[in-house]
Amino acid sequence: MPKGSDIFLQNISKVVVFIILAFALYLFFTGHGSPGGGFIAGLMSAGALLLLALAFDIDTVRKVIPFDFKLITAIGLLIALCTGTGALFFGEPFLKHAFGYFQLPLLGKTELHTALIFDLGVYLAVVGVTMTILLTIGEDN
Amino acid sequence: MLHIAILIPFLWAALIPLMRWFSRIHAGWAVLPVPVAIFAYLISQMSQIGSGENIVVEIPWMPDLGINLSFVLDGWSLLFGLLISGIGALVVWYSMFYMGKRTDSIRNFYVYLLLFMGAMLGVVFSDNLMVLYGFWELTSIASFLLIAFWYRRERSRYGALKSMLITVFGGLAMFAGFNLLYAMTGTYSIREIAAQASELVDQPLFLPAMILVLLGAFTKSAQFPFHIWLPDAMEAPTPVSAYLHSATMVKAGLYLVARMSPIFAGATEWFWIVSLTGLVTLTYGSFKAIRQTDLKALLAYSTISQLGLIMSLLGVGSAAAFYTDADQVAWFGLATTAAVFHLINHAVFKGSLFMVVGIVDHETGTRDLRRLGGLMKLMPITSAIALIGSFSMAGLPPFSGFLSKEMFFTAMVHILEFDVLNAGSWMLLLPILAWIASVFTFVYSMILVFKTFGGKLKENTLDKKPHEASAGLLASPILLVSLAIVFAFMPNLLAYNLIDPAVAAIRGGGVDFESVHVSIHFWHGWTPELWMTIGVVLLGTLLYRTYTRFKLLDREWSNRDTLNRLYNGLLSLLENGGRRLTDLYMTGSVRHYLIYILIFFIAALCGTLVFSPDIRLGMDNYAPITFYEVALVVVMLATAAAVPFARSRVNAILFTGAVGYMVTALFLIFRAPDLALTQMIVETVSVVLFLLCFKFLPKLKSTKERPVFKWTNLLVAGGVGVTVTLIALASMGSSPFEPISTYFLNESYKSAGGKNVVNVILVDFRGFDTLFEIMVLGVASLGIFGLIKLGVQTTP
Repeated sequence: MPKGSDIFLQNISKVVVFIILAFALYLFFTGHGSPGGGFIAGLMSAGALLLLALAFDIDTVRKVIPFDFKLITAIGLLIALCTGTGALFFGEPFLKHAFGYFQLPLLGKTELHTALIFDLGVYLAVVGVTMTILLTIGEDN
Repeated sequence: MLHIAILIPFLWAALIPLMRWFSRIHAGWAVLPVPVAIFAYLISQMSQIGSGENIVVEIPWMPDLGINLSFVLDGWSLLFGLLISGIGALVVWYSMFYMGKRTDSIRNFYVYLLLFMGAMLGVVFSDNLMVLYGFWELTSIASFLLIAFWYRRERSRYGALKSMLITVFGGLAMFAGFNLLYAMTGTYSIREIAAQASELVDQPLFLPAMILVLLGAFTKSAQFPFHIWLPDAMEAPTPVSAYLHSATMVKAGLYLVARMSPIFAGATEWFWIVSLTGLVTLTYGSFKAIRQTDLKALLAYSTISQLGLIMSLLGVGSAAAFYTDADQVAWFGLATTAAVFHLINHAVFKGSLFMVVGIVDHETGTRDLRRLGGLMKLMPITSAIALIGSFSMAGLPPFSGFLSKEMFFTAMVHILEFDVLNAGSWMLLLPILAWIASVFTFVYSMILVFKTFGGKLKENTLDKKPHEASAGLLASPILLVSLAIVFAFMPNLLAYNLIDPAVAAIRGGGVDFESVHVSIHFWHGWTPELWMTIGVVLLGTLLYRTYTRFKLLDREWSNRDTLNRLYNGLLSLLENGGRRLTDLYMTGSVRHYLIYILIFFIAALCGTLVFSPDIRLGMDNYAPITFYEVALVVVMLATAAAVPFARSRVNAILFTGAVGYMVTALFLIFRAPDLALTQMIVETVSVVLFLLCFKFLPKLKSTKERPVFKWTNLLVAGGVGVTVTLIALASMGSSPFEPISTYFLNESYKSAGGKNVVNVILVDFRGFDTLFEIMVLGVASLGIFGLIKLGVQTTP
């Protein structure tokens, strides 16, 4: 799609992408209590970036997120793996999670959970994977 | 000491390659001490064995499996040990003058020869069946290497492969037989099995074990119809033919038959199979030998025939096992003595004859009987050796072959009185066959001597002017033929020390030597045996004078060897048949492979469903069906059914996508919001990817046509659908366990702090799976990246 061909799509996308990303963020954080989680949030975020790529072009996406998506996959996998390994330092079996309730400055009493870090790994991996696939195929002639 | 005697040839074989540092010395000099030392050691043990004491060595190897390196030196194995080391020494000596020193591969030759020698010693000394089998196969391998020694010749490779295939086939059969024996007795030790022999006969596995073991013995000893490898093994260097294919390896089968006699003898089948196979081989081999024009081929068939003779004697000798009275045992057991005596004689004269043929080949450059003749004056010593060897083979006085031939006739005449099996006049077949074969034997022995050394010299057909061989080359055959004369005049020297202990060992069960002793004399009166020999000489002379006139013995005829053609045909049938069979089902078409997989899937699962009594289709625990479910399923079925009928690919993708969104709806109805969310997004992404794929399909193949209809596809697809449905119904009806989901529902918030049970399972209870699933995704994305960015440019 040549640059600047669809002004409506581009302008709407500028807004919608943030809404989608916010929704993805919501899905990610709410995953432990209600439907959602790292996987869906990852796919949703990738969807937002895809919209960006459709409305503008792939270079814009690369400018917005100046990382190699393969690296993001790797970081995600590393985080997931480290979460599991961390349990070993406390004499627990691999991937044993812990949680607790803390008084946080803005949010009040909040449940913090190591499973969330694991989910972050899943999230990053899914975003990386989806974007790698789509961008690789999209850039291919 | 005994185990060291077996070990030394192997150790020595490892050292022989070092001889390349001493390239001026023939490698044979380094080899010679080994057989000589073993021979000397065995001679020193002779008196102890002669007094009835066996030497036993046992070293644990795999005790838990009952496999130990246990070696026994008794009369029978001592005889073989002496043959192997004695003739081995002579052959090494002979080969030093026969094989050129300059040949690079001379060290290979001696390595193989030493390997063979060690293996053969292992075969004859082993008491453990598995160890025996190991050494047995090692002799096959060493023989294979030696036959193909001149591996650049096509005939050598053919002969080596043939002998390998046949002897290994027999070896494997024998291995199975040994294991059946183990199954019956619980031990691999031959002596322990022989001790239980009386309980074995009634076992159902007894006959299969016997036949399998005999298969091994018959293939190794070139018995009819497995003899076909031996004539082709004559492509080996002559010292190898003399050593392996006349004196030692081919006698391994005889060794085994005799060694197994204490176990199997006494069974009627054993008597008939061993005797008749031996006699048929004897007659067939001697008949074929007449028709050969190549000297080594003649000797090969002669070896086959003589091995048949000894085999038949071993079979006939087993008749003694049917009797308990000592006199009758001695009367019928005479055949065993004859077998042992002829075994020694055969090794002696056949070894010398092979060496003579090697000398003739060496000095004239040919082994073809049609080009040879009149060498008597030029090579007097060689022809004298050939004369003695041949006359001994023909069974003429005053050579040792005469004595064993007389004993052979005696045994065959005795067996007429054998009345246990109620064979009646059928027994007459044995002496008649034996006599006919002896006539043929006489004829080919005469051909061997007089066609080669008698007659006129055809100098123009020979490549070089023949002259007498060197003393070194003549030494070994001279020594062997003088043994033939010594044994003839002093047979009892041999009898007390060697033959009696050997016969006692074959008879088994602690027979004392006195009862088996038969004194061997030249002159034993005007007996039927003597008349038979006179008949052999008369008819044999007549036949030798006239045999070229008989159509049956015509040389042209000998090219049409039925058994060889059968072997070649069978081999090519196996090769071509195997290839055709593979071509038949390995079509390279993925569709065909899918059909095989799915048909197997249907057959296996439906078979299980039909034949398992515990599996039933149950409808007890079903929930009530609602309207939405029915509606969704109807729409899903409609869209799914539309996929195969779609006219274009894009339509098919869209229908598939529709099915996916229906599934999302089903997930919603069945209250799985996480699944529904994921399903929806994944379905969208995959439809987009599908469309991408089809957009970039090559123009050539993007013709829009209806899918081809095939009945097989419909049947297989229908079958799979029905099978899966039945399985699903059966699994609903048969599950006897409570689901574990109650645990997750209870514990999700309590111990994991989450209310979304699906997510808690994914990241907490079963986080390990998730870890590797994202790994799978990562690998898939890298794969796609690699395929596209680094992909090989395929030609369109």
